Amino acid sequence: MEDAGFIFGSYFLTFATVGLFAWRTIRSGRKLADQIPDEDKYWL
Amino acid sequence: MTTIDPARTELQPSEPPLPRRSTGTRVTRAVGIACLVAMAWLVAFGLGFSPADRDQKESVRILYVHVPTIWLAYLAFVVTAVSSGLYLFTKKQSLGWDRVAGASAEIGVAFVAVTLAVGSMWGRLTWGVFWQWDARLTTTALLFATYIGYLAVRRLGGSHQQRAKRSAVLGMIAVMEIPLVHFSVKMWRSLHQEATVANLDGDTKMDGIMLFSLFVGVIAFTFLYVWLMLHRTRAMAMEDMLEDRGLDDALVARRAEAAAQQNGAQ
Amino acid sequence: MSTWRVARLIAAKDLRVERRSKIVTNQVLPFAGITMVSFAFALDKQNVLDTVAPGLIWLATTFSLLILVQRSFSIETDDGALDAMRVAGIDTRAIFLGKAMALAVQLLVLEILLLFAAVVLYGEAIQSSGPVLAVVLLVTTLISATCGLAAVGTLYGGLAAGFKGSETLLPLLTLPAVAPVLIGATKAVESAVGTAGAVVSEGWQWVGLLVVFAVAFGIGGSLAFGPLIDE
Repeated sequence: MEDAGFIFGSYFLTFATVGLFAWRTIRSGRKLADQIPDEDKYWL
Repeated sequence: MTTIDPARTELQPSEPPLPRRSTGTRVTRAVGIACLVAMAWLVAFGLGFSPADRDQKESVRILYVHVPTIWLAYLAFVVTAVSSGLYLFTKKQSLGWDRVAGASAEIGVAFVAVTLAVGSMWGRLTWGVFWQWDARLTTTALLFATYIGYLAVRRLGGSHQQRAKRSAVLGMIAVMEIPLVHFSVKMWRSLHQEATVANLDGDTKMDGIMLFSLFVGVIAFTFLYVWLMLHRTRAMAMEDMLEDRGLDDALVARRAEAAAQQNGAQ
Repeated sequence: MSTWRVARLIAAKDLRVERRSKIVTNQVLPFAGITMVSFAFALDKQNVLDTVAPGLIWLATTFSLLILVQRSFSIETDDGALDAMRVAGIDTRAIFLGKAMALAVQLLVLEILLLFAAVVLYGEAIQSSGPVLAVVLLVTTLISATCGLAAVGTLYGGLAAGFKGSETLLPLLTLPAVAPVLIGATKAVESAVGTAGAVVSEGWQWVGLLVVFAVAFGIGGSLAFGPLIDE
């Protein structure tokens, strides 16, 4: 595939950014959840 | 204002530490799995099954991730504007709407950043340049700056309601600004007489399997958006609760102090 | 008292404060002038300066706007004057209009001076073909751009006023928002002075854009200003 570097690079960039964002969201969620009692979590 | 009784959150010494449930639920797990499946599908079609374009050759594959990210960014900013309006104009002024607005803007900004970065790579391949001052790119760059400003306003401090009102007003102004900016940039570029380096119109004629790959991409990123929104709004609710608890603790401590002073004075 | 009358009183108050403190005259106008000189250092070729002079005028105006807005609201927050006005029951639309009018007056003075600076420093001159129309275009541009800038500045100034980090937040919010004014005003002035063969007739569509912008932010701003300072 010509220009494979750019193409794979863009897919990698997209998924890496998305993955990082998702991981940080989950991680902050976990840290916060440890400090709040389950009764107050409206989604459970 | 949601208040938590501090006594309930402190563990009694005899009890073992409780595993606290996080922001995940059955719904998020389902959406998450759907997202992963769709993303895998996107990669399979984007990088594999779909053909190269006649004009753009292989670089068209970049569009299968680039286009969904900008569409989702637009969706995210529209959601921000709508929930900002709902916060301001519903009687209850529920902070839930404010959190939706904020979370959506965060995701939107992230998506626009990815769009600009990936788009410049596509531009390098198709146009030979990383950047052009055409209407679409310029407006997107200004959109990015505008919502970075929105996020900064959310961090100005003050009570939750103050933050909500301020950013809700800004969220609605920003949405009004976008057509103004877009229109002026379009006028600006349409009168640009100099010969341009390359074809500014990035739209390719897509058919069949290419359109399908794009469609899969949009579906996959929509699942991603929903998944991120669910987790982030729940986390934001907890952040607000903790902030309130901190305030309550401070008030309790202050009253205890005042009472002790009074007792000491007697 | 009508909103309009209150707005005029507030505008008069702001201008009186300026007349007594002379902060704008002694600090902001020189800043704008130095900006124009700095542009010449950075863009050293005369033919480049010729071409971009209209844009430089509006760039200098935009940067000075940021400082003017900071000043406009620091006189309110320093002694809690904004809160005092609210407590006195003054309509927030009147406050917005009044402060925007005062800001517009100061901006107009600034822009006229910048035009003179451009004539002197960059050798700008009015269009030779149809100078009267060109001057009309120039004046209309100045007024409509100024109204738009004043509206945006007052709105975002009110939003950021009194908060930690507001000095740095204001530029971030304001610059993307005034991009249409920067584009439109530059193009209109280019038509008025005949940069790169632009003719006066081309300038009027840009004035149209500037008017739409000013009206949008004027109305939107007066509506939004209330909730923003009503804390």
